[in-house]
Amino acid sequence: MNAVQMLNITKKFGDLVANDNVNFDLRKGEIHALLGENGAGKTTLMRILYGLYRADSGEIWINDQPVQINSPRDAINNGVGMVTQHFTLVPPLSVAENIVLGAVKGFTLNPKEIEKSVAEASEEYGITVKPSALVRHLSVGERQRVEILKALYRRANVLIMDEPTAVLVPQEVDGLFNSLKQLVEKGLSVIFISHKLNEVMAICDRVTVLRGGRLVGTVERAGTSEKDLAVMMVGRETFGVERQGIKETGDPVLTVDHLSLTDEQGIDKLKDITLEVRHGEVLGVAGVSGNGQAELVKVLTGLQKPTNGQIILNAIDIAGASPSAITIAGMGRTPEDRHAGVVGELTVEENLALESLEIYLNRGVLDRKKIRKQAIEMIADYNIKASPEDKVRTLSGGNMQKVVMARSLSRNPSCVLAAQPTRGLDVGATEYVRGKLLEQRDRGAGVLLISEDLEEIMELADRIAVIYEGRIMGVIPAAEATEESLGLMMAGVTEHN
Amino acid sequence: MSKLRLEKAPAPAWVRPVIPLLAILVTFLITLIFIAWVQANPLHTYYYFLVAPFTSTVTMIELLVKATPLFLTGAAVAFAFRAGYYNIGAEGQLMAGAIIGSWVGVMLEGFSSWIALPIMIVGGFLGGVAWALIPALLRVRLKVDEVVTTLLMNSIIVFLVSYLLNGPWRDPVSMWPQSPDIAKSAMFFTLIPQSRLHFGFIIGIVVILTIWFVISRTAFGLKMRAAGSSAEGARFAGVNVERTILVTALVSGGIAGLAGVGEVAGIHFHLIQGLSSNLGYTGIIVATLGALNPFGVGIAALFIGLIDTGSLTVSRAMGVPVYLGQVVQATLLLVTLSMFVLTNYRLKREG
Amino acid sequence: MIGLIAATLRVATPLIFGTLGELFSERAGILNLGIEGIMLLGAFVGFATTYSTGSLWLGVLAACIVGIMAGLLMAIMTVYFGVNQHVSGLGITLFCTGLAYYAFRVIFGTPANPPQIQPFMQTEFLADVNILGPILRQYPLTYYAMLLVPVVWWVLYRTNFGLNIRAVGENPEAADAAGINVYRVRTISLMIAGGFMGVGGAFLTLSTLGFFTFDIIAGRGWVCIALVIFANWNPIRVLWGAFIFGGVSALQLRLQLTGINLPYELFLALPYVVTIIALTIANRNAAYPAALLKPYKRE
Repeated sequence: MNAVQMLNITKKFGDLVANDNVNFDLRKGEIHALLGENGAGKTTLMRILYGLYRADSGEIWINDQPVQINSPRDAINNGVGMVTQHFTLVPPLSVAENIVLGAVKGFTLNPKEIEKSVAEASEEYGITVKPSALVRHLSVGERQRVEILKALYRRANVLIMDEPTAVLVPQEVDGLFNSLKQLVEKGLSVIFISHKLNEVMAICDRVTVLRGGRLVGTVERAGTSEKDLAVMMVGRETFGVERQGIKETGDPVLTVDHLSLTDEQGIDKLKDITLEVRHGEVLGVAGVSGNGQAELVKVLTGLQKPTNGQIILNAIDIAGASPSAITIAGMGRTPEDRHAGVVGELTVEENLALESLEIYLNRGVLDRKKIRKQAIEMIADYNIKASPEDKVRTLSGGNMQKVVMARSLSRNPSCVLAAQPTRGLDVGATEYVRGKLLEQRDRGAGVLLISEDLEEIMELADRIAVIYEGRIMGVIPAAEATEESLGLMMAGVTEHN
Repeated sequence: MSKLRLEKAPAPAWVRPVIPLLAILVTFLITLIFIAWVQANPLHTYYYFLVAPFTSTVTMIELLVKATPLFLTGAAVAFAFRAGYYNIGAEGQLMAGAIIGSWVGVMLEGFSSWIALPIMIVGGFLGGVAWALIPALLRVRLKVDEVVTTLLMNSIIVFLVSYLLNGPWRDPVSMWPQSPDIAKSAMFFTLIPQSRLHFGFIIGIVVILTIWFVISRTAFGLKMRAAGSSAEGARFAGVNVERTILVTALVSGGIAGLAGVGEVAGIHFHLIQGLSSNLGYTGIIVATLGALNPFGVGIAALFIGLIDTGSLTVSRAMGVPVYLGQVVQATLLLVTLSMFVLTNYRLKREG
Repeated sequence: MIGLIAATLRVATPLIFGTLGELFSERAGILNLGIEGIMLLGAFVGFATTYSTGSLWLGVLAACIVGIMAGLLMAIMTVYFGVNQHVSGLGITLFCTGLAYYAFRVIFGTPANPPQIQPFMQTEFLADVNILGPILRQYPLTYYAMLLVPVVWWVLYRTNFGLNIRAVGENPEAADAAGINVYRVRTISLMIAGGFMGVGGAFLTLSTLGFFTFDIIAGRGWVCIALVIFANWNPIRVLWGAFIFGGVSALQLRLQLTGINLPYELFLALPYVVTIIALTIANRNAAYPAALLKPYKRE
């Protein structure tokens, strides 16, 4: 018996074929992994099933009946629920209001009654939530439970989970897996989107692998191994950047000294952070999303003034300095969200020039020939697939990231700050960006890599710092780090001095 | 069952310049309703609107006269909008420029035009800057929405003008609520003898050329465009977004102030309450029709000038209320806005 | 003092209608700068309908309907086409203004004296009670305005539709994913908003003045937009904002009568100045609906 069948699904975005004639089926009562790298088309396929996208061609069958799914409402009516990567909750509303949103009939709404009915559902499915709490006060893990309950409340018997563990610490993941196993015993079928092999092997019954928008194949978990899956996923045995061993490191280039930040509501976002980045090394800062990384990046890039502490870059205190002053002091900056680092409506060459306008001025007027000439050089150097006059918003994530990096690295900064540099990029672009960062290290620059991707940190960093709730839990040499020890630090369980 | 659905598909490049023309066509189709209401012959009406003004030199010059302040208010609005500053206050800033112009103009009695005219221009500019200052500062320092404050400033200046005209500035001779005439030397000279086309027209052209140059050829222009389309991206790249917006907002106010000085020194020669007759708001229409491009603004101002002139002709010749012009302009704004968006979509049949 | 309170309620009435309308629209995520024009058109249509039918309530109804239609036009522009809300709102204001002026000239020509109607009478309610009597001597629409405040609160916080409105104004993606038709909810909100605005404008012609002038709204719509921010998008607090503005306006009338030697224009401008100041103070803690000004389009 099939809960879901998706037949010959094709979806294009402009020239990009996100799904190319993909087939997928989900049996009742199984946990089925949808495995693939970033950009393989997993999320697109599931957004089609949930009615958030429309396929250009193909059919969807649910419970062996053909169905039309044109909107999430259709999906819900067919018993399909989805927990997306970016939660679709309304933060100022209560948990109960979020859960019943769009799911209750009638004109009036009694807060007591909906809280009661949500509490009952919480009991029934064994998912603990506090119905009257406002969602904006909840932690990420709690919000995820609200999302799951929201789907179950709508009588979902197929639950799509899009990279649910990306936002959780390793220890929280176990809780999630236990809940899913219990729900499956009660008859739920689960589609589990992931690019992490160990998770897939830990929980799933079958695995469907996508690569570059195409179906590679579907296998039973019992008949496969992590190694086999890896080959299916990337299409070759190994990938990633070759580590070149630990190099001799020099003097500190960047010293962060007792840095703290308190926000407008009086909440401490960064607590007494002390870090040192030396010439010729990569210092990785690991941590689960939302533990102060965003704030640390903002302070280091000059977008936010710290409450206390010093940031010494090449013997200059840049704490509270403007972004341009920090750039001039020798910091090459890559923002956390690359869309926030570029101006989409401006062209590639304008974006490339924006950080260093002073060198393009000719008696007060912009030297457009020089801007063009430099842009052409940078586009060639950084292998950016765009022309100088293209608007940046039309570029792919990888090319946008290359624009940001080309702009900052072309100044030969003595310290490179890279925040989530490969998030959302495809394999090729990821490799390219990582290679460029190592190139900077080998050139003698100090690289501060802030990333939520633990594999990336393990692969690139010479030393690893872990941030938890705005505090540095410790700094350890990469050679001594294991995923487990880092996981405990990321969960705030252990400290390392 | 087949179903029609809108699908995103960017229009080919040649479509964009055609949009305003299509919009004009659609607008005149829609406004047929209002013409039918007064049982006027639509063809005659449109003839008087669009063709008649070109049949005599007098009305053709009048078209340029009407376009003169719109060059400036349109440029003021477009300049501010390009930096993402929604200055809806051109109306008030224009009046502020007019107040300073009519005040300075009286005091310049006895000075030569070589001295008087530059002082008038600078004074009008500064008047507009002054009236733009409070909303601009509130926006960049305290993040108070400039749309609301500039609108409120428009309301406030109505009372200020009323106070001046009924109080200290009331013309002692006629006792009308209007200020005394400005000095002869402070009046803008006419470009064509016996007409109302004045020096302000040249100011308008110069301002349009200047803002084109600033926007597309200077570092400041690049910074303001960056700040306007993505404040966070601009800030990250090292642009001082607040200062850029502040300067843009004040310059925008100053340009609107120039329009006010032009109306005083070139048309009325004194301050009256109805001096603006919505020129500031019409500037928003002009800026939008011109797609915020300085040259587009120039063409749009001429077209709106044509409709202004045409609505007077229609009114005189056919007795259709002159406000039909305002209805046509507003409809044109709404239609153009919609068409700029809709041409990026295509109807697709599916099912 | 009692007269002052009564006058405050009177001045506050159109503002309450307009501000509640704007609040509806903004809670759904749409800034409606059409308010100034919709109020003007409501004032005109209300007047013209009453003038030709003799029925005041038909005038109110007509103002409401024309407001709803203007709201629908705003919805087509901003919700379905996704046009910039600032510019389309101003476009609606210019359109409604032009239409009202044009229609006035078509219907009434250029009369030497403005055409008049017999406006609403003030209701005597508990007239014998000492203090309450004079305060409660109000036009019927003033009572309805006061009544509308708790009704709007109830709709927003105690009905399903209200929950949908709050959701689409904060996070339309989430609302969509929950199966709510974002476009429809926003459109209905804008139509309700337009209806309120139209009635608010009609109050001026049908209750206080009895005739129509071109500058009858005089920036009241813009004040309403400021009051929404001042009220932090809470319908109950709208009442206080409207009372402050109404109070300052009423006080201004008083001060003029006392013969203090200050130009009366200063007093007329005072409420607008106070609004800017109040807006500045309230803005520090303002919690704008997160999706305000953002058009929603599913991929």
